[in-house]
Amino acid sequence: MLEIWTDYAWPLIWIIFKILLIVIPLLIAVAYLTYAERKVIGSMQLRMGPNVVGPFGLFQPFADGLKLLVKESIIPTGSNRVVFILAPMLTFTLGLVGWAVIPVADGWVLSDINVGILYLFAVSSLGVYGIIMAGWASNSIYPFLGALRSAAQMVSYEVSIGFVIVTVLLAVGSLNMTDIVMAQQKVWFFIPLFPMFVIFLISGLAETNRAPFDLPEAEAELVSGYNVEYSAMSFALFFLGEYANMILISAMTVILFLGGWLPPFDLAFLNWIPGVIWFSLKVSLILFVFLWVRATLPRYRYDQLMRLGWKVFLPFSLFWVVVTAGAIVAFDWYPK
Amino acid sequence: MIISSLAFYLFSFITIFSAVMVISARNPVHSVLFLILAFFNSAGLFVLLGAEFLAMILVVVYVGAVAVLFLFVVMMLDINFVELREGFLQYLPIGALVGIILMAELVLIFGSWVINPKSEAIVATNIVSSTEITNTHALGQLIYTHYIYLFQAAGLLLLVAMIGAIVLTVRKRPNVKRQNISDQVSVRVDDVIEVKDVTSGSGI
Repeated sequence: MLEIWTDYAWPLIWIIFKILLIVIPLLIAVAYLTYAERKVIGSMQLRMGPNVVGPFGLFQPFADGLKLLVKESIIPTGSNRVVFILAPMLTFTLGLVGWAVIPVADGWVLSDINVGILYLFAVSSLGVYGIIMAGWASNSIYPFLGALRSAAQMVSYEVSIGFVIVTVLLAVGSLNMTDIVMAQQKVWFFIPLFPMFVIFLISGLAETNRAPFDLPEAEAELVSGYNVEYSAMSFALFFLGEYANMILISAMTVILFLGGWLPPFDLAFLNWIPGVIWFSLKVSLILFVFLWVRATLPRYRYDQLMRLGWKVFLPFSLFWVVVTAGAIVAFDWYPK
Repeated sequence: MIISSLAFYLFSFITIFSAVMVISARNPVHSVLFLILAFFNSAGLFVLLGAEFLAMILVVVYVGAVAVLFLFVVMMLDINFVELREGFLQYLPIGALVGIILMAELVLIFGSWVINPKSEAIVATNIVSSTEITNTHALGQLIYTHYIYLFQAAGLLLLVAMIGAIVLTVRKRPNVKRQNISDQVSVRVDDVIEVKDVTSGSGI
C-alpha cells in the first residue's frame, strides 16, 4: 500500500501541482495580455482603452470572461456537432501543452526532455487543426474560407520557422531547451543570427495569425473568419488559445534568441534578480512588439503573404543555414 | 513498470481503433481526423520505445504538414461517396495481395534470425548503444556518417519527384494579369506623378 503511495500517487500529485503552477500564472497572463492589448493600442490611437471596471479598468478581463461564461452557447444545426465542439478545446489545449518544456528559470521546467525544441515545433505546427476543424465543422462559407487561408498560411511559415530553428541548433549542438539557453551565456543569439531573429519574429506573427497576417479572421472581408459561428465559452476558448499561443511563441523567441532567463550582462547585481523575472520581462517585450505591430501595420494581401513566405523567407533562411554551417566549419566554432 | 505497459496498451489500442475508423468512417474528413489520431498514438509508441526524436518528427512531418494538406484536399473536393463506394469490393483481390506481400516482408524482417542467425549482429554493427548518446545523435551518425551516399541518393530521388510534380502542374496561361514585384518596387515618384503649376482661372 505504501509502495503505491510513494511510487505512483505522490509523483502524480506533485506533477499536477507543478502543472497548476504553470497553468494558473499563464491564464492570468493571458487575461492581462488582452487588457494590455487594449490599453497599448488605445494609447497608440490616442484613446483611453478600458478604464471603467475597477481601478484603471484592471478588472476588465474578468468582466469579459464572466460575460462569455454566462452567455448561451449556440451550436448551428447544420454544423458537425462533435468536431465543432472539439475544435476550440483543441486550440486551447495546444496553447497550454507547449509550456511543458519551456524553462522559465534555471531548472524551472516541468519536463526537461532532450528533444524540447522539436516538441515545441510539433505543438506549434498542430495549432492549425483547431482552426481548420472549426472552419469545416461550422458548415458555413466565411469560416471555411478562413480555415483554408489559415491552413495554407501556417504550413508556409512553418517551413521558414523550421530553418530558423535549424540555424540556432547548429550554434547550440543540442535540442534541449536548457542547453539552448546555456549556450547563450557569452552572447545572445539575436546578435550573431540577427536576420534569423527578424524572420522568426515575422513568421511567429504569421504562425499565431496575428496582424498584419490575421487573414484567417480578417473582419473586413470574412466577417470574423473561422470563429463566426462560435459563441460564448467556445469562442472564449479560441480567444484564450490564440493569446496563449502568442505568449508561447514569444517565449520561444526569448529562449532561442534573447538568452532565456539570463541577465543582459554577467554582473553580480543583475544575477541577484531571479531568472524568472528576466524571462518575463523579455517575453513582455516581445509581446509588446506583437501589439505594436498590430497597431501600426495594415493587413497583408493574401498573395503578398504567400510570396513573402515562399519566395523571400524560405530561400533566405535556407541560404542562412548554409552560411551558418559554413562559418562554423570554416572557423572551427563547433559547439562543445 | 505497470504504468508503461498500461500506456503501451492504451496507445496501441487507440492506434488500431483509429486505423479501423479511417477506412470505415462514412465522412472522409472524419477519416482524415482519425488518421491524425493514429499518427499521434504511433508517436506515443515511439516515445515508449525511447525513440523520442522519431516521435517528434512523425508529429511534425505527418501531422503538422502531410495531414494538413490531406485535410485541405478532402475538404475542398466535392466527391460523391455513395457513387465511389459502388463496386468497392472489386478491389478486394488486389488489396489482399498487397496486404499479403507486406505481411510476408514483415515476417521476413522480424523473423530473419530463423533464416540467418547472424543477421541481428550484422544490422547492429553500426548502431551505437543508446545509453551512451541520445538517439538524435545516434540517428545523425547513421544517416550522415555511415549511409551518407544512400541518403544523398534518396534526396536526389525526392528532388526529381518534386520537379516532376511541378512540371506536371505548371501551365502557362496568356492574358493573365500578374503583379511584377520588382517593377512595382522600382517605380519612382517622377514616373507616376507629375506636378504642374496651374495658374488660376485657366486649365492645364
